Amino acid sequence: MPGTETQVTIEEIQPFEAAEEINGGDVVLIDTREPHEYQEAHLEGGKLVPPGLLGDEIEGAAPDKSARTILYCRSGNRSAIAAAQLQAMGYDNVASMAGGILLWQEQGLPVVSTSGMTAEQRERYSRHTLLPEVGVDGQLKLLNSKVLLLGAGGLGAPTALYLAAAGVGTIGLVDDDVVDASNLQRQVIHNTERIGMPKTTSARIFIEQLNPDVNVVEHNGRLDASNILEVMKDYDIVVDGADNFPTRYLLNDASVRLRKPVVSASILGFDGQISTFVPYEGPCYRCLYPTPPPAELAPSCSANGVLGVMAGTMGTLQANEVIKLVLGAGEPLIGRLLLYDALGTTFTELKVRRDPECPICGEHAEEVPESEMGKFPDYDAFCAGAGGDR
Amino acid sequence: MATVRIPPVLRPKTGGQSEVEAAGGNVGEVLRALTEAHPDTSTQLFGEDGELNRYVNVYLNDEDVRVLDGLETAVKDGDTVVILPAMAGGTR
Repeated sequence: MPGTETQVTIEEIQPFEAAEEINGGDVVLIDTREPHEYQEAHLEGGKLVPPGLLGDEIEGAAPDKSARTILYCRSGNRSAIAAAQLQAMGYDNVASMAGGILLWQEQGLPVVSTSGMTAEQRERYSRHTLLPEVGVDGQLKLLNSKVLLLGAGGLGAPTALYLAAAGVGTIGLVDDDVVDASNLQRQVIHNTERIGMPKTTSARIFIEQLNPDVNVVEHNGRLDASNILEVMKDYDIVVDGADNFPTRYLLNDASVRLRKPVVSASILGFDGQISTFVPYEGPCYRCLYPTPPPAELAPSCSANGVLGVMAGTMGTLQANEVIKLVLGAGEPLIGRLLLYDALGTTFTELKVRRDPECPICGEHAEEVPESEMGKFPDYDAFCAGAGGDR
Repeated sequence: MATVRIPPVLRPKTGGQSEVEAAGGNVGEVLRALTEAHPDTSTQLFGEDGELNRYVNVYLNDEDVRVLDGLETAVKDGDTVVILPAMAGGTR
């Protein structure tokens, strides 16, 4: 409807005025362009509401009609029309930025651009960058993130698959096993042709075919007290899918020392558990499980069996936790243990609290001096009689 | 009556049941009622001193009984008691 915008008075502000308000906070910033324009460059914090979707999406992006709302587009026309529409809808503190993002950039003001991404990456991750919770900034964070997967088996396979697809820039894989036919019922990154190949190599081949952006680092061996700090130090987040208790306790103690978050899951039969341990922000694995159970209470998947799809369900939940930690979005499972019962299809959430008496992260836990950093207790003795494969 | 959720590793001791109804005014009484109905669960839950084994976590609804009143924690009709041992299964 040409001419609509001339019949009502809308407030227009200059880019420098908009910048001052945005820096001052408490502003809802709306980008009234099309998705492909938004993806190329937008103002930080700008929420995309294309003109054709204004009626449907504005209340989600700007729920408070009395809040200060600033609209911008490419050159200032579409945002002026949208501002008039919003006023008609009852928004009473709306302004349109004159000159749009073109004038904003001409004046040297900053934008979030996809300059860090290639054309191929813009295409590959377009469904991510459209999400306000991810956006270009978030995708660049993922591309720069380094995640270590402990185990390239049941849980590690689906976690690696989705983290690789999501563009996590570096994925480290720790495993000393080779692909076996009995793995293929659930370990979806391996295949029949690669039976007998080290799992880390098989996983690398799969990931490289899926996404060439990912740098895969193979740690073909087992984590122990002598190498864990060296292996972990270059990573931002660790994913624990270990099959035995000594490794789980070792990983916990090392991650608390290095203050690295651990996303931890386990599966057996039709049951799964998952939690996210962020040192000193929430409980650690020892706060939850101070001592390992005896063998008869902790059978392994190889002895007890596991529904293959359980690995997928819990592994992809782990990937989701990792991505949220990288993005700083949503509510990770810190201080919460999520139980999944696949037979009943039920989820149960339990609270996990920091234990003030925890020997590792509790109030009386002693600071570990630099000279003692690489020294750990004898976990095999600590877990003697406990379950797991080893 | 409270509902006790039985973890997979204990189900062979409860005839395969994943939930067992048990009466009791507190968590300890509910668990004792469970062990009376299914005696094989007793040594898995309690040590020789009659205390809960340290490797077994018990929750009343969603809260760890360790941060409540332990075995003395009062149980109401319709409450759920969750027994949770650690699991290590991951990869193989």
